Amino acid sequence: MRRLAAAVLLLLLAGGIARAVEPGERLADPALEARARAIGKELRCLVCQNESIDDSGADLAHDLRVLLRERLKAGDSDRQAIAYIVARYGQFVLLKPPVEPATYALWFGPPALLALAAIAIALRLRRRDTSAPPAPLSAEERRRLARLLDEGT
Amino acid sequence: MIVELGHFALILALLLAMVQASVPLLGAARRKAGWMTLGQSTAVAQFVLVSLAFAALINAYVTSDFSVANVAENSHSTKPLLYKITGVWGNHEGSMMLWVFILSLFGAAVAWFGDNLPPTLRARVLAVQGMIGTGFLLFILLTSDPFHRLVPAPLDGRGLNPVLQDPGLAFHPPFLYLGYVGFSVAFSFAVAALIEGRVDAAWARWVRPWTLAAWCALTVGIAMGSWWAYYTLGWGGWWFWDPVENASFMPWLVGTALLHSAIVVEKRDALKSWTILLAIVTFSLSLVGTFLVRSGVLTSVHAFAVDPARGTFILLLLLVAIGGSLALYAARAPRLKSGGIFAPISREGALVLNNLLLCTGCATVFLGTLYPLFSDAVGGPKLSVGFPFFNRTFVPLMVPVLIAVAIGPLLAWKRGDLAAALQRLWLALAGTVAAVLIGFYVTGGGPVLAVLGLGLAAWVLLAAAVEWAERIRLLRAPWRESWRRARSLPRAAHGMTLAHMGLAITVAGIAASAWQQERIEVVAPGGTLAIAGYVLHLDGMTKLPGADFTADRASITVTRGGETVTVMHPEKRFFPLQQMATAMTAIHTNLLADLYVALGDSDGKGGWTVRAYWKPLVPWIWIGAVAMAAGGLVSLSDRRWRIGVAARARAPRGARPAE
Repeated sequence: MRRLAAAVLLLLLAGGIARAVEPGERLADPALEARARAIGKELRCLVCQNESIDDSGADLAHDLRVLLRERLKAGDSDRQAIAYIVARYGQFVLLKPPVEPATYALWFGPPALLALAAIAIALRLRRRDTSAPPAPLSAEERRRLARLLDEGT
Repeated sequence: MIVELGHFALILALLLAMVQASVPLLGAARRKAGWMTLGQSTAVAQFVLVSLAFAALINAYVTSDFSVANVAENSHSTKPLLYKITGVWGNHEGSMMLWVFILSLFGAAVAWFGDNLPPTLRARVLAVQGMIGTGFLLFILLTSDPFHRLVPAPLDGRGLNPVLQDPGLAFHPPFLYLGYVGFSVAFSFAVAALIEGRVDAAWARWVRPWTLAAWCALTVGIAMGSWWAYYTLGWGGWWFWDPVENASFMPWLVGTALLHSAIVVEKRDALKSWTILLAIVTFSLSLVGTFLVRSGVLTSVHAFAVDPARGTFILLLLLVAIGGSLALYAARAPRLKSGGIFAPISREGALVLNNLLLCTGCATVFLGTLYPLFSDAVGGPKLSVGFPFFNRTFVPLMVPVLIAVAIGPLLAWKRGDLAAALQRLWLALAGTVAAVLIGFYVTGGGPVLAVLGLGLAAWVLLAAAVEWAERIRLLRAPWRESWRRARSLPRAAHGMTLAHMGLAITVAGIAASAWQQERIEVVAPGGTLAIAGYVLHLDGMTKLPGADFTADRASITVTRGGETVTVMHPEKRFFPLQQMATAMTAIHTNLLADLYVALGDSDGKGGWTVRAYWKPLVPWIWIGAVAMAAGGLVSLSDRRWRIGVAARARAPRGARPAE
């Protein structure tokens, strides 16, 4: 609570003190290490505020980075390695929530809102448009007008 | 004694706020001039009293009066004076004091600068300010008293979190709060207009400078926070889609929409009830932001229960402020008659599109920020919503914003000609295509989205330049003529050009981050590390004592092609009081790219982890934000905000240059 009560960035700053991704953790195989980095960016350090394990300096993040690399070294695919960690730490570890019924509102909310708002605006503009300039004369009206004008002259 | 006087002043300020919230309102309803003007004197007196209370608290920090609980918990006698003062708002109670201090400042400013307002409107605006003040002063006095005494007083304080011991704390929260609280004036104007039942061009002209000022401050505040994170975190991140950041970003997004829709009210007498709603929503989001950061719900719904009194109070405050204003809106807004009509393709139409996209963007951020909370509250899965979500949902929404921001200013009011506008932008279009092609060529087909991002930045920048050049007929008329036109152009027009260019610069900085390079190695003194054409030589390490810390300081000579570029000194600091370490990064910039070096742990055998990053265009992110805020300030200096309505009414309507 005390940490939270501080200025806006404190929470975030408190976690990472320039220790993310230690040289000692790195895998010898650059391709494997690159995969580990990419996955690590999408996994959450559970004790931090919205920081990935790739960025965080927390001890837990270190443990997770090592665990992830062990799985990759053991031959796991990216998907398997992530599944392994999710099985142990829960969905909370995923910075990108999966698309499933519980998150439909999250993923489809913004596009749905955009569409609804756009339709609402379009309807309003159209309504105002038609109310603004009078409708053009019909063919019948135009004939009548011409007749009246003719009679006048 | 001074502390008690401060406490007393705060209580008096609360009583005055209650008077300010009621008497002028009644006075306006019954047309009693004396009652109405009471709002001004109470606003000024409230400002004086809150200043006294705030000064008393600062004094307690400066003199290290540890008999005050708040000082004992957040300060220490060995701290440098700067951090003793900034530490005042580095904690909950003190930051709420800063909040009401700024609120009372804005209230007094309305009283001082509101001479050209109709008396009833001024009275009502001040009354609403008084209501907000009452709520927050009550909150401080009942749940977050900064003047609480400790008996017996401890010998020394617990000290300020080392991460906060940074000059950033001196500027970031005050600017952020100037923005948050500044929107309270727009809110008060909106509620007052709903009570009056009248919104016209004059109303928009009064409310816009306040909104603009708040928006400038918020822009600077957010940029500073981002920059602070950048140089502190040790790996150069500058935006994390963290809930606390989002809390400040949401009012910014809707505030930007408000700024633009208020133009339509002023120039065309349209979008009135929408603008009122935006003013209410903007400040509501500022309140929600305060609530999110202060109540602790962000870490988990359960942290809320740690201090139920505080949380419940804020929730109640939100309910009354947001619920009340929206109820008033629902009752009164339908009566606001909209004036000007316009075709979809027009300046108004472009501004509506801007509003649609910015507000949807804000809703997206809101959803992403609060979804884990909803999910948890209804017993759903515990989720994290991080940057991958925002990158996939928010960023695509901003692409059409950037495309439209270039075209909008070239469309005429009421009915525009899109084809003609695009034709006038051929130069910008050509420049954009060239930028994209050059981007692909230089990066060897590099990340497509980043190259397109740079293209968008070029598009916005060039279009803003073209629009400005056309207005002053640059190169088409003699220089003297262009100069004359530039001088007679309203400041607001110059401000818009500058702000839009700033946006482009920021976008370029963000897009270019895709090309950053990184090297993390253990380096022993005498060793080297190469990155982006630079070679970093670790010359040696020294131990340095600081005010309340000890530091390991590296001396790193940077060479490029054998020639010395600079010497960098990243540090690792250890604070014994808090048993915490922080990193002081070293940054060398040439404004096109940053070389960013942070020191990690020692390996115990004389080697140190050195993190080196090369970050192209990253300074542009903040340069652009400063340009945006500067554009706002230039626009704020426009003389039409200062002249009275009567003078405006006499001026011919065609005084603005034809577009």
